Amino acid sequence: MPDVSLAPEEDAFVPDPDANREAVYRLLGMSDDEYRSVCEILGREPRPAELAMYSVMWSEHCSYKSSRSHLKRFPTDAPWVVVGPGENAGVVDIGDGWLAALRIESHNHPSYVEPYQGAATGVGGILRDVFTMGARPVALWDQIRFGPLDQSKNRYLFGGVVAGIAGYGNAVGVPTVGGEVDFAECYSGNPLVNVMCLGVLQRDQLVLGTAGTDGAVAILLGRATGRDGIGGASVLASASFEEASEAKRPSVQVGDPFEEKKLIEACLELYEKGLVLGVQDLGAAGLSCATSEPAARAGMGMDVDLSSVHVRESGMSAPELLMSESQERMMAFVDPSEVDEVLAVARHWEIDASVVGTVKAGGMLRVFHDGSLVAELPAASLSEDAPLYHRPLGEPHWMEDIWAKTLTFVIRPGLAEALMKLLDDPSIASKAWVYNQYDHMLFLNTVIPPGNDGSLIRVGNTNKALAVSTDGNGRLCYLDPRRGGGRLVYEAALNVAMTGARPLALVDNLNFGNPEKPEVMWQFRESIEGISEACERLGIPVVGGNVSFYNETDGVDIYPTPVVGLLGLVDPMPESPPRLDRIEEGMSLWRFGPEWAINLAGSAFEKITFAHVGGRPSAPDPTMAKACIEMATRLVNELGIPALHDISDGGMAIAASEMAIGSGQGVRLEFTDWRHLFSEDPHRFLAAVPDELSETVGALAVEVGIPAARIGSFGGDEIAFEQGGIRAVVALDAATETYKNAIPHRMSH
Amino acid sequence: MKVAVVVFPGTNCERDTVHVLRALGAEADLVWHRETDLSAFDGAVLPGGFAHGDYLRTGAIARFSPVMDEIVRMAAAGMPVVGICNGFQVLCEAGLLPGALIANRDLAFICKMVDVEVVDTGSVLTAAAMPGQRLRIPLNSYEGNYVLPDGSPRVVLRYVDDPNGSQDGAAAIANDRGNVVGIMPHPERASDALLGSSDGVVLMEGFIASMEVSHA
Repeated sequence: MPDVSLAPEEDAFVPDPDANREAVYRLLGMSDDEYRSVCEILGREPRPAELAMYSVMWSEHCSYKSSRSHLKRFPTDAPWVVVGPGENAGVVDIGDGWLAALRIESHNHPSYVEPYQGAATGVGGILRDVFTMGARPVALWDQIRFGPLDQSKNRYLFGGVVAGIAGYGNAVGVPTVGGEVDFAECYSGNPLVNVMCLGVLQRDQLVLGTAGTDGAVAILLGRATGRDGIGGASVLASASFEEASEAKRPSVQVGDPFEEKKLIEACLELYEKGLVLGVQDLGAAGLSCATSEPAARAGMGMDVDLSSVHVRESGMSAPELLMSESQERMMAFVDPSEVDEVLAVARHWEIDASVVGTVKAGGMLRVFHDGSLVAELPAASLSEDAPLYHRPLGEPHWMEDIWAKTLTFVIRPGLAEALMKLLDDPSIASKAWVYNQYDHMLFLNTVIPPGNDGSLIRVGNTNKALAVSTDGNGRLCYLDPRRGGGRLVYEAALNVAMTGARPLALVDNLNFGNPEKPEVMWQFRESIEGISEACERLGIPVVGGNVSFYNETDGVDIYPTPVVGLLGLVDPMPESPPRLDRIEEGMSLWRFGPEWAINLAGSAFEKITFAHVGGRPSAPDPTMAKACIEMATRLVNELGIPALHDISDGGMAIAASEMAIGSGQGVRLEFTDWRHLFSEDPHRFLAAVPDELSETVGALAVEVGIPAARIGSFGGDEIAFEQGGIRAVVALDAATETYKNAIPHRMSH
Repeated sequence: MKVAVVVFPGTNCERDTVHVLRALGAEADLVWHRETDLSAFDGAVLPGGFAHGDYLRTGAIARFSPVMDEIVRMAAAGMPVVGICNGFQVLCEAGLLPGALIANRDLAFICKMVDVEVVDTGSVLTAAAMPGQRLRIPLNSYEGNYVLPDGSPRVVLRYVDDPNGSQDGAAAIANDRGNVVGIMPHPERASDALLGSSDGVVLMEGFIASMEVSHA
């Protein structure tokens, strides 16, 4: 550290002598009570740099101050969990010395303000969370939600977000192998852009976000720090949108995938050579977070010299340097004897690096700038002393009303027309327009590509494969957040099982409205309860997650939209993994799962054909969920069943049609009540079974204890639903055209 | 016989390419773009990715990387030099192949399996294929639209259903001598039926075999 003089307290606060403290901390998103807490911790009024640090670290986005008390509900333990929630990513043991790291994040608000960069930097951020752990990122999934595409603003946002994901993900060199796309009016003013990343590493390469020991050196790697993204966490991510959000554009970061690619390779080389004690990425809250959190985790303090930070513009103030969310930066903590070697690795990969600090015993974080001490505070106070709110919660008064709002059908609607209408709905239709813009093949490991239920990713030179399914359903969770939350977990677990894999771990991204409203907090609590119950029933630990609140515009909240990402493992990988295109003429269509109840509440059918959202969705059944998972994995691993497909959005009608479209084989399906065709009740799936396996499949279903029935067959050039004399028919060509063109046609406007 | 697989900052298909070359029996090593001596190698592949971030223009900065002098020397010596996707763009910028690659006709990134037809087996990449043979190979590019405003390229692979607007449907072109080839789809991604196609193997094998021929 250079010689320093203590900045005099009197002048400490005054970049602008006219600004009073109250105005400044409010501008930074801090409440009066929070400001008082800062004063108590410090025993004095904070200096500007200190106020900046507390304001970003105590923001909703960084501190989870409204959600922490509820997140404790999640089950997080299992023998295979190596790193649970609280680190940069969750890590699980997948056997033979291999680990998998996973994490999910949201970039909702930035993507509304600037869709391309908002989405792009979301990708960059999630990658850093994963390679911070020592893992090479191997795949990405994006869960994105927008308002209807008949509005030009929504087309602009959708197109921009997809282009941003493609622009960053493709260039950084990590394949985007799946995800979800959904459209509903409630996302018009507040799109959801979530992204999940999976990494793979050998056990001895695991790195944690710790500052190491007394005397360790902090080296800032990567892109130069600028004024972009200042206050992103506090200003953008932790407040609602009112009117002109363009004014917030300076708070959106700008990404550079080329810098990130070099940073990934440089960091992986550092890990391989064992040169780091710990690593922390710079995301939300920038340097404030990357200094204080690792120090706190290590029980250490740190001296940081902001004048050493490599910058791309001159004259940045200490608060700006501490709050900047410039992308593509990492903080490495290294032994003093290895500083030169670390800098050499950085030079090789052509990234900038600067020594910015020294870890100190004692727990105090001291920040210097231009020779002056600009901040001196307990490192742990930025995270551990963050406010904790037990926000009031209350069941919305409208729940009874919406449950009572069921549709009754006096006559049977036209089934062929209904099917075509569903196939033409962008939420159901083919997402090829999206994933054909993403490099989903890099690394030669994408065994089950996008367009199927779950992804299957081969692990390097092993026999293992990792399955991932990400699922969300805002409409369902709006109608019943607890049942909805649970059903997401069961659906994702079934999707993973249908690749042959055993569910292993879950991450969640909880997208909700304004937490200051008791109804929103109730939805939040109920969803967590549903997810937790389901995870407990299936023995799946939650290893990480993210909360995004304030998803509201002009006082209107989005549907409560938790999104889960479920990781599964199959070892050895099935020889012929199931894919829809393996269906051949003459195979039978089988249905597995309980007999149908008549419940269309929350279904895509009611939403799309009758613009109706109401009724109470069916509760999940853990016993049947387990039976489904066992049946699906055994069908794949023991019998090599060529294709399976879960019954979800659009019901059995859409599931069967997607199998037909995906394989080019027509399908004939016999039903008993037309409502069964469109019901989205959980724990049901279809499979294409070669006739010679019929008996074996039937016997297996009996053994597993799951109802099963042969309900049709593949072949021909029609999609036909039959019941006695009733026959609803759609030409396969026409269905395929409609399904494939629904999104491209709308986007070509 | 050893292949240099050139890595620029931002290249991302280098490990896939080495993996496939080795699986087919070739020796292959990664070579950093600052390398100035490739005398130990008998052929070179410039793999896909985003060399130098594709900033300014695809391949425009990469052509000035130190390693390119050696690539030019190898090409002049008749050794096989293949550029895949971004590598194709670099070869055009370096003047080793005519023409340029501009944004796709529909101004969107395209990642999907495409069909190409072998129209010329006189190049190092197509030497082992049959004329008229159809191959399924993944395409993965934004600037994949081949143009040669004042001439007609020597097309060795042609798209069956042109996805990106390329002149003469060019999916791969060669120099007159046939030892320098640029291909926009990724043959290394079509090397395993488990992943959807192994049709790229015949191209990679042709390249490996021609390395021996050029050396003989």
